[in-house]
Amino acid sequence: MGRYLHLPLGGRPHRVYFEEAGQGPPLVCLHTAGADGRQFRHLMTDEAITRHWRVLAFDMPRHGKSLPPAGWQDEEYRLTTAAYVELILAFSDALGLDRPVALGCSIGGKIVLELALRAPQRFRALIGLEAAAYQTPWYDDTSWLHRHDVHGGELCSALMSGLIAPQAPEETRWETLWMYAQGGPGVFRGDLHFYRVEGDLRDRVDRIDTARCPLYLLTGEYDFSCTPDDTRATAARIPGARLTIMQGLGHFPMSEHPERFRTYLLPVLEEIRATASP
Amino acid sequence: MGYDAAVSPPQPEAIVARLPELVNADAGLVRRGQGLTTTFLLAVGDTEYLVHVAGGRLAPVERGPFLLRSWTFAVRAPGDAWARFWTPLPEPGYHDLFAMKKLGVARVEGDLWPLMAHLRYLKDVLAAPRRAPASG
Repeated sequence: MGRYLHLPLGGRPHRVYFEEAGQGPPLVCLHTAGADGRQFRHLMTDEAITRHWRVLAFDMPRHGKSLPPAGWQDEEYRLTTAAYVELILAFSDALGLDRPVALGCSIGGKIVLELALRAPQRFRALIGLEAAAYQTPWYDDTSWLHRHDVHGGELCSALMSGLIAPQAPEETRWETLWMYAQGGPGVFRGDLHFYRVEGDLRDRVDRIDTARCPLYLLTGEYDFSCTPDDTRATAARIPGARLTIMQGLGHFPMSEHPERFRTYLLPVLEEIRATASP
Repeated sequence: MGYDAAVSPPQPEAIVARLPELVNADAGLVRRGQGLTTTFLLAVGDTEYLVHVAGGRLAPVERGPFLLRSWTFAVRAPGDAWARFWTPLPEPGYHDLFAMKKLGVARVEGDLWPLMAHLRYLKDVLAAPRRAPASG
């Protein structure tokens, strides 16, 4: 089921689209930069998940079906840590979600680490996919992503194609890339501001207290944006963090290869159900 | 899962010579590249090749050495890296041009505009041997 929420964000009215399926404790899914909540569509149709969880995925403003706020045409979009945290907490509050599990990928995985630092009491557990306190950039000029003489959607899609594991089925590989091709102008680049400029958490990641909120980190072996070593280095600094390196998966596990990803996700969700405080 | 040199090692230079045949036989790929006409340099170790693209189709690849030839951009990697890249199931780090760049084994030089504006097509051209039956 999909519908809209009216949320004040940064003091401006926003209309945020989200979808949900299932019943149980809330599981809020956070999509990658430049994409949208459709990346989680396979979780929402997986009965092994929806019979225990209320799965929710919103489209960030400017992504998917969530329009930009009025006045966007005169702004250069830049996602900030503060705005991203505000969005997640406002979404949760508006729906009255009781200590959801947050599962985020890439920028969504990065913000999960921020949530662990800033608001662990608000979450039942946190799951970071393709997440690390820091990752070495693999391109140094993001202006390519938004210029008049290169189709931004085609380029973002082509760049992201390399982060998908070769084992991904053709259908879900190209579906993942379609979402990138649909991104609005400058949106992916604006998201990366958070990921690349504000997203260095190395000075504080060791303050995460997994006793207050369990933290799971899962990274695909073919991800060269957030590499397994990046996630290993982060997990090593967080006592109690649970690390999984996922074989045959890349940077978009939930959308590039849903069948393989669920073999890694289901045990994590079962463990959270069994151990997280109600 | 990686390339095992003991078992039918791919021959990068033979693979490069087959690029036009592989690309031109793939109608979807040719269509995706129909807006591109350029010449780029592909280096396999010390051996340089000029790859001529005309409206998404490839002309025969020229093998160097070259003395006074122009190209827009160059993609360079050692032969071993290309061999790993061209295996049907490449290992992590060798599965994508930008992965090899981050790994430090591939370099991209020159005018990057044609590459970036036609990245989907050019990545698929470079990876075409991966999808082809072994030969040579």
